[in-house]
Amino acid sequence: MNKDLLKKRYKKEKRFILIGRIAVSLTIIFLVILLGSILLRGISGFYTTNISLKTNLLEEIIDPAQNKNADEIFKASWRKVSRTAIYNILDDYNDSKNIEKSTRKEKRDFIRLFSRSSEFYVRDYTLKNINNIGEVVTINVPASSLVDQYLKGKIDINLDESNRPISDAQISWINFMVEKKMIEKKFNVSFFSNGDSRNSEEAGILGAMVGSFLALMVTIIAAFPLGVMSAIYLEEFAPKNKFTNLIEVNINNLAAVPSIVFGLLGLAIFLNFFGLPRSSPLAGGLVLALMTLPTIIISSRVAIKSVPPSIREAAMGVGASKMQSVFHHVMPLAIPGILTGTIIGMARALGETAPLLMMGMVAFIVDVPQSITDPSTVLPAQIFLWSDQPERGFEEKTASATIILLGFLLTMNALAVFLRYKYERKW
Amino acid sequence: MIPLPIYFIIFLGILSYIFGKNRSKKKITFNKNTGGQPSHYGYYCLIWVTVPSVIFFLLWQVSSNHFIDIATINSIPKEILPKDVTLQKLLLENIIIVAKGGKSLAEVPSESVDYFRKLKFISTVASYSSTLIISLIFCFLSFRKIDPSLMAKNAIERFILSVLFISSVVAILTTIGIIMSLIFETTKFFNNVNFFDYLFGLQWSPQTALREGQVAAEGAFGALPVFAGTFLITLIAMLLAGPIGLFSAIYLAEYASPITRKIIKPTIEVLAGVPTVVYGFFAALVVGPFIRRTCESLGFSASSESALAAGLVMGIMIIPFISSLSDDVISAVPQSLREASYGVGATKSETIKKVIIPAALPGIVASFMLAISRAIGETMIVVMAAGLSAKLTANPLESVTTVTVQIVTLLVGDHEFDSTKTMAAFALGITLFLMTLLLNIIALRVVRKYREKYE
Repeated sequence: MNKDLLKKRYKKEKRFILIGRIAVSLTIIFLVILLGSILLRGISGFYTTNISLKTNLLEEIIDPAQNKNADEIFKASWRKVSRTAIYNILDDYNDSKNIEKSTRKEKRDFIRLFSRSSEFYVRDYTLKNINNIGEVVTINVPASSLVDQYLKGKIDINLDESNRPISDAQISWINFMVEKKMIEKKFNVSFFSNGDSRNSEEAGILGAMVGSFLALMVTIIAAFPLGVMSAIYLEEFAPKNKFTNLIEVNINNLAAVPSIVFGLLGLAIFLNFFGLPRSSPLAGGLVLALMTLPTIIISSRVAIKSVPPSIREAAMGVGASKMQSVFHHVMPLAIPGILTGTIIGMARALGETAPLLMMGMVAFIVDVPQSITDPSTVLPAQIFLWSDQPERGFEEKTASATIILLGFLLTMNALAVFLRYKYERKW
Repeated sequence: MIPLPIYFIIFLGILSYIFGKNRSKKKITFNKNTGGQPSHYGYYCLIWVTVPSVIFFLLWQVSSNHFIDIATINSIPKEILPKDVTLQKLLLENIIIVAKGGKSLAEVPSESVDYFRKLKFISTVASYSSTLIISLIFCFLSFRKIDPSLMAKNAIERFILSVLFISSVVAILTTIGIIMSLIFETTKFFNNVNFFDYLFGLQWSPQTALREGQVAAEGAFGALPVFAGTFLITLIAMLLAGPIGLFSAIYLAEYASPITRKIIKPTIEVLAGVPTVVYGFFAALVVGPFIRRTCESLGFSASSESALAAGLVMGIMIIPFISSLSDDVISAVPQSLREASYGVGATKSETIKKVIIPAALPGIVASFMLAISRAIGETMIVVMAAGLSAKLTANPLESVTTVTVQIVTLLVGDHEFDSTKTMAAFALGITLFLMTLLLNIIALRVVRKYREKYE
């Protein structure tokens, strides 16, 4: 009888361990699915499709005055030049298939294979190679996101023609261009050098990255000194009284206040009361600073606390004042720990979106911000904006931008871990 | 752009340091009884030269704009001056644009533009000159004070201590700022909307905002469906994260080998470091459509912005909050309790169930409360994956809305700040703030009490 009971109990024991294992593996599976699904969708966004366009840089359109004046050339009808080149490809296709002439609708569909900014590529190329005017040159222009997505296999061509964004004719045109080796896959430079755009093939994250950088600079300049100084005060100088206790409780509670409430604070105080410019990295960075302040204070206090009292006593023993013992002896030993905490706080600030939504930093902004008062957006806000776009190409861009953001976060956290291991001391 | 006087102050500060140091060397014979090293006297002068004048300059900059604005509005001829405050502000902004050399779409009175320019000029000149005078006066005074009786080092340390104290007060100021800004707008909101209608009303349609002269659309600001949506999503999240987080914590604390623990614990914590916007994207892109397709293949309809999708992804997000804290409290249960239990013949799982969990229960409850407060305050996941329509439903496949979603939709892209709509966002904000604050205070209390018990 005892044996049966024992068996039962052992079975229960095994079941219990199994549940634990399942829980842990589920968590890890979630993590893998989360990161994996984004990686899978985003990696292809770092590549883009270009079409080489044989363009006749006709002098009578581009430079009728024949004086090679850059300002006048700039104003020429570039759309006409690029359209002619694009229709030439269509004519080649028609010749190869023995088709008489394309209809107007076909022409319009064909134009859709090219980025709307093709004409600017032709223009910029010509302005750089001003001596080539009058010649036939090959210029690489970006394909539209339709071609890009099709060639990356992201469009299900087994669907009925009316249910997919790409028509049969467009597919055969693309295949024709692929056969003629006019299409090439290239590293997507413009993704890193452009600001936001309405065309998914033109949209880049430079503006958002610069915005994030500027906002983080404001955050670190505002939050780091304040946080470290209040940590020093609370850990080393604060008398044990009710007010100190109030500050401590307050900091712990601030750390758990939802980030969106900080957004409301920023909206009411920084934007409406102090009149800081809307959507600026200055206002956004200050809100993030208030948000990360508790994190920095708490981790700095831990770092200062971990310096053993003997260091302070030895300094005071040779005649240093309390202030000197703290600034000359305790702080140098606590700095690595403080930096670790600060970097982790900054990483959190970098990924934060909700309070910046309130500050107007989620907006369509094409220009790359030049200063902390320019309107700008930040990386997570850019991700949020793009994820809302109905156009297919933006889904890939969103995932690519997410990969960049996660890459930055990973680097920052790795740096923090490195600092911790390198300077960790056991006293 | 750093204004001119700042350069001057920096320059004067450096000079005063050098001269103060030299002067102290001449006037004082240094021994162990003097009030500091020569450099302390230098810093003493530096602080007096720079700090008061910089503070004065900044205060002037911040406050003068306000006064100039009021004076400019008063200068606008009565015939043109609009009655509405927002329109007044708009006109003022246009005046400022024109005064700075830009072009304005609206017509602005030229005398006000001139007046604004004049005020601005006077203010600039006055602030620059008085800042310079203040720094010079303090420079002179601090030089005069250098003599053997001055305890320069103590004075500097007192100054540093007060700077340290002031920076620790910033945290309190932040809280006061949060509470003040929320309360200020919220009281205005409750002047228009009955408090009980807000808390218990069943209809939430803030887009039909109340305006002057409009028949009050009663019940438009009943927030109960919004709260219900928040709790539904939080409940789903906790149903996922609670068991998984707790069992992971138990496994890691009690069963896993030190190496497994060392690898798996940080891996789980990666989940806490992923930005919420990434979770939101994941929910909208992968989980939402997946749930919709599954439901469709099973034969019932689900919206692709379902409470279930948002809740599940939020659950994944809060797993590490529960598992880390629970792990800590389980590990903190004294070994003697375990050994006593093994001693009377209990298996490991029996010990955990009958001894360790009850002992660690307060801490575990606290970790759940912190996780709930996280879930209630989470914004991006629900903004991207939950819906906008405030429906009172318990069906997780329908789309619901939450407090944070409503705050965002009410405030984003809205420039007009005095409508009931924007004030409603602040009312929701203070509700959210109080809910999370309550949960946090209780949880922190419980954790502290529990720690004291075993230490």
